[in-house]
Amino acid sequence: MRAVRFSVTTAVATAAALTVITGCTEKSDAKSGGSGAIRVTATDDSCKVSKTEFPAGHVELAVENKGSRVTEVEILFPDDRIVSERENIGPGTKHTLTAEVKSGDYRIACIPGMKGKGHRQDVKATGGKAAKRDPRLDKAVAGYRQYAQEQADQTLPKVKVFTDAVRAGDLDAAKKAYAPSRIGWERTEPVAESFGDIDPLTDTRADGLEEGQKWTGWHRLEKALWQDKKIGAAEKSIATQLDKDLTDWQQRVGKAEITPTSMANGAKELLDEVATGKVTGEEERYSHTDLVDFKANVEGAEKAYALLKPVASENDAALTKELDKQFAALDTLLDKYREDPSSYDFTSYDKVGKADRKELSDGVNALAEPLSKLAAAVVK
Amino acid sequence: MTENTPDSPTPSRRSLLAVGGAGLALGAAAAGGAVALTRSGDGSDMAPAAESGGAVPFHGAHQAGIATAVQDRLHFAAFDVKTDDRDEFVQLLKDWTKAAALMAEGRPVGDGAYGGLAEAPPDDTGEALGLKPSRLTLTIGFGPSLFEKYGKKFGIADRRPAALVELPKFPGDNLERTRSGGDLCVQACADDPQVAVHAIRNLARIGFGKVAIRWSQLGFGKTSSTTPDAQTPRNLMGFKDGTRNVAGTDTAALDRHVWVSDAGWMKGGSYLVARRIRMNIETWDRTSLQEQEDVFGRDKGEGAPVGKAKERDEPFLKAMKPTAHVRLAHPDSNHGATILRRGYSFTDGTDGLGRLDAGLFFLAYQKDVRKGFIPVQRALSAHDALNEYIQHVGSAVFAVPPGVRDANDWWGRGLFAAKDV
Repeated sequence: MRAVRFSVTTAVATAAALTVITGCTEKSDAKSGGSGAIRVTATDDSCKVSKTEFPAGHVELAVENKGSRVTEVEILFPDDRIVSERENIGPGTKHTLTAEVKSGDYRIACIPGMKGKGHRQDVKATGGKAAKRDPRLDKAVAGYRQYAQEQADQTLPKVKVFTDAVRAGDLDAAKKAYAPSRIGWERTEPVAESFGDIDPLTDTRADGLEEGQKWTGWHRLEKALWQDKKIGAAEKSIATQLDKDLTDWQQRVGKAEITPTSMANGAKELLDEVATGKVTGEEERYSHTDLVDFKANVEGAEKAYALLKPVASENDAALTKELDKQFAALDTLLDKYREDPSSYDFTSYDKVGKADRKELSDGVNALAEPLSKLAAAVVK
Repeated sequence: MTENTPDSPTPSRRSLLAVGGAGLALGAAAAGGAVALTRSGDGSDMAPAAESGGAVPFHGAHQAGIATAVQDRLHFAAFDVKTDDRDEFVQLLKDWTKAAALMAEGRPVGDGAYGGLAEAPPDDTGEALGLKPSRLTLTIGFGPSLFEKYGKKFGIADRRPAALVELPKFPGDNLERTRSGGDLCVQACADDPQVAVHAIRNLARIGFGKVAIRWSQLGFGKTSSTTPDAQTPRNLMGFKDGTRNVAGTDTAALDRHVWVSDAGWMKGGSYLVARRIRMNIETWDRTSLQEQEDVFGRDKGEGAPVGKAKERDEPFLKAMKPTAHVRLAHPDSNHGATILRRGYSFTDGTDGLGRLDAGLFFLAYQKDVRKGFIPVQRALSAHDALNEYIQHVGSAVFAVPPGVRDANDWWGRGLFAAKDV
């Protein structure tokens, strides 16, 4: 479990990824409300704009927050990708937001409290050239969005098997169902974690708890099953909450902000997860099923990479050649730890010696280093 | 830990001046922190030069970091090769050479630490930005295992030098696998620890997928005197260690004992032995002064050999106990075997039992390990009274190729390029 990073990278990443559109914000004292500006009035329950159609090119939003809460104003593509944004606009203050906008459909959103989708207005930029976007990258994003949704859809029944076993008090069945119930989540972890409220409930380890935070989720149950070796009423209730929290995830995952660069960086983050938590055996310290998570993280990274590869290979063929090689090498290395390459029965990590852990760590570094350059290859 | 004397019985005025009386490390050479040395074209002549923080030339007949006046700090790393592809490995050596040359000048690697694409991690990690070159030297070596494991794959099986032998097992050795060996090594020495660490970190990063760090060691407390009148630095046992050493300015001694003269790709190179020597600090500190002095064969205050008054007085070996460290290590006791040392003290915190995890990271360069370190260490491991207080826990040996001649040359070109090089 990590901090929320997936969605935070999107604003910059989107602008850069599309290269044709650059967004920028200006200080509040800058020519606010100039003659050509579109006036945006934000309140606690509305977002009013002075015009909904304007010429493409340099667009200036003169924002006034007449509401009672700190707000955020965004210019969005129809699919919710951010073109430009301005955060932390206090009540009663005025700010200016500018962007270079090609012709096409957009939305302007005011987000009181800076949480959620906020209030939106459809707007249209006319004239000039139409925004040119690489359709292959749109396809990659759509493909990854679909993948994230599929993983969540397929995970829910597996989680149910696990939680049912917990509720039935069946220790052995619950242990058996534990690791498989996590695969879909681990494959799409950066997306899953972008919903900052779900991750702490489902995937926190004991040392990740904040003071006063109630420990729930997979690892709390892992400890009950493997260390305490008993299932009580508390565990059964946590199992039921896990169902609920992951259903929430399933319903929201399709709406995550995904951009080509956030996909690329998400792939790298999956390897970071392996490097910091799995290779050390910290993630699954009671069940020692770290290699299952490890494999799932690599698979998720591989999926994002495969979707971006058509564009990346055109921009940096040497990089994709290296990535192909290192993904294959790491997959081969992982296969050493399972007898049947179609199953997810991996060697228990406490049986993996120091030298072998070092080899796995070296393999992760060998892949993660070039993977850190994928985002740049996508936006070149 | 060993104590060697150059052949000349009395150091000349010149070498005294330059060498500061010969220090444990070669280095001996001159000045330490305050004065840097520059290398002339053939890389063998040393003269005091720029103020500390200056750059040591990367190019030369010999690799910098051997005869170079010893810097204050060390980060030494041993690597394992992770690729079977000869071209890929050669490319890595070229990439490393390029990065090393930049860092020796105090410049960042690649496109630098900032200012590039926002979406990509910078080429340089950035922690050395704004720091001086700090006399950074980077020295590469090739281990026996490189030839054993990759000799055929890399087409270098018939190019392993006869002198690149595995060290024998010495009595008392307690070698840890994870602190020993390595297909190749890089020794980074600098007057600023951040500069040395930055160098290894960036080379490791460039190497991911091609090589992986097997083990590494940080060192402090360079082992050479700073001016002719100053004291030889002390080791962690409190003794002046290495009053005599091969001087970096003593071209004749370097040619005789350090630089490989045989024709072939190692000509102008050297052989490096690295040993992590753990000291039993707490028991040593409970040892009587008399025994401590008997163990070394020198007194603790002045560092004078037994029966003599001054540190640099010629030792009278027979006055020392037969098990005295200095007596056993002296070239006269080893058929003239002489090595150039540039070891560092290390302290890696405590060991979980509360004992200081400290000692000497011993580095010795010589023309032939079989005539240098091995006979000396055989004598020491069998009889040295110091053995009660130390243990060798890490060990490695490397063939250190000659210097990178110019911007078109690269580390190991002689080994991998045309055979007539």
